[in-house]
Amino acid sequence: MSTVQHATGKGAIRKQVQLPLSVAFRIALLNIRVRFLRALITAAGIMLGIAFFTAVRAAALYAPPLDPNDPATIEAATRQTWLVVMSLLMSTVGISNSMLMAVTERYKEIGTMKCLGALDSFIVKLFFLESGLLGVVASFIGFFVGWGLVFLINLFRQGSAVFSAVSLGALGWLLLQAMAIGVLLTVVATILPAIRAAKMPPAAALRVEV
Amino acid sequence: MATTQTNQGSEFVVRVRDVVKEYQMGKLTVRALDGVTLDIYRGEYLSIMGPSGSGKSTLFNMIGGLDKPTSGSVFIDDVDMAQLDPQELAFLRCHRIGYIFQTFNLIPVMTALENVTLPMVFAGVTADEARERGIELLTLVGLGGRLHHKPTELSGGQQQRVAIARALANNPSIILADEPTGNLDLKTGKEIIELLKKLNKERGVTIISATHDLKMLDISDRIVWIRDGKIERVELRSELELKVGEVEGEAG
Ligand SMILES: Nc1ncnc2c1ncn2[C@@H]1O[C@H](COP(=O)(O)OP(=O)(O)OP(=O)(O)O)[C@@H](O)[C@H]1O
Ligand SMILES: [Mg+2]
Repeated sequence: MSTVQHATGKGAIRKQVQLPLSVAFRIALLNIRVRFLRALITAAGIMLGIAFFTAVRAAALYAPPLDPNDPATIEAATRQTWLVVMSLLMSTVGISNSMLMAVTERYKEIGTMKCLGALDSFIVKLFFLESGLLGVVASFIGFFVGWGLVFLINLFRQGSAVFSAVSLGALGWLLLQAMAIGVLLTVVATILPAIRAAKMPPAAALRVEV
Repeated sequence: MATTQTNQGSEFVVRVRDVVKEYQMGKLTVRALDGVTLDIYRGEYLSIMGPSGSGKSTLFNMIGGLDKPTSGSVFIDDVDMAQLDPQELAFLRCHRIGYIFQTFNLIPVMTALENVTLPMVFAGVTADEARERGIELLTLVGLGGRLHHKPTELSGGQQQRVAIARALANNPSIILADEPTGNLDLKTGKEIIELLKKLNKERGVTIISATHDLKMLDISDRIVWIRDGKIERVELRSELELKVGEVEGEAG
């Protein structure tokens, strides 16, 4: 059996290594997979917000061109923009809330990881990756839900003309916008929960609920 | 400037000096530790006993580098923990100290093997080496056949064994245990205590355990009794045996 042999003195204490992102990525993926239902609910919020955004934008693409100077058109556009902004804000608050709950739920796990040698920055990465992954997948699905609905409605109204109504380029651009907004909002929503997680004291690992 | 000495150089693995810890609860100040001074020998099995609220867990936090004393200092391997920055403190927790908790604290989404290799991952050990050492450690604690079980698929005693293997991951100088048998039945608790004693003897790792469990008395080299944040007395096991002998002698 090996016995413990250690150098002593300050010289023997080094700085803890920064881990490659892939390590945090693996653990974040594990967290999503195992807590799938929770992840699904968190993702549903972003998914719906992005679906709504995409549907509104796609509807404009498929609709016959309107007179941009008509006050009614301008008013309708403004109202829609407001609705989209509000719904995206709601989903952001939703993600933030779910992630805050995830941090509160996992205080012992976070404290334990810190006892085992995790740096604060690692904990931050873990939470950003977890929500970022959800954001990417949810935005992607959200785009297809939103666009799919508009496409079906227009297929019903216009018939096969709908296939050539909007260029692939325009759709690709919309997908890019949807993804960018979805991921950006998820990341913004995770700032507060991630800071809260990083500040969790390692002594939290000892807490025993009675 | 740092010439490396080996452990033979220093007799004490932990030195606690005049440690005071106060918690602020609104306007009220709670003095959880009130001037604790304690030297812990390399390789000894030390139990910290005391009633609930006496400051055992607080002392655990101080020795484990999980919280800072209000005043006084704690040295681990002759390093003053107050001098360390957060990254050095993380290194110390990762390499020098193994933690065992009353509630086991395995990461629920990870298998037994993944739990044991996690501290090695944090230490930057390669995946292959971590895996190999993880299997070795789980076999050592008698769980070689349960590498890929999740914590929910293991009994309390088995979870605590995984936690012990995890605590040994980076070959620490000390293992700190807070009520390691607190959530276990009598028989399982005894097995865990025996496992800790075996590791202490065979691997020479210092074990410091806060406990209510009188079964710990039999195997501890020394017992520190603490009350109201102060050390009441420190007993050697030999003294204890003497006393037990006396009592038995008188009775008989
Ligand atoms: N985070 C905290 N904030 C405020 N007070 C605290 C905190 N932690 C501990 N205390 C107080 O410090 C004192 C010592 O607590 P500690 O947890 O160290 O006791 P203990 O000996 O471990 O008790 P037990 O056997 O019940 O685990 C208690 O009065 C407790 O209320
Ligand atoms: Mg306690």
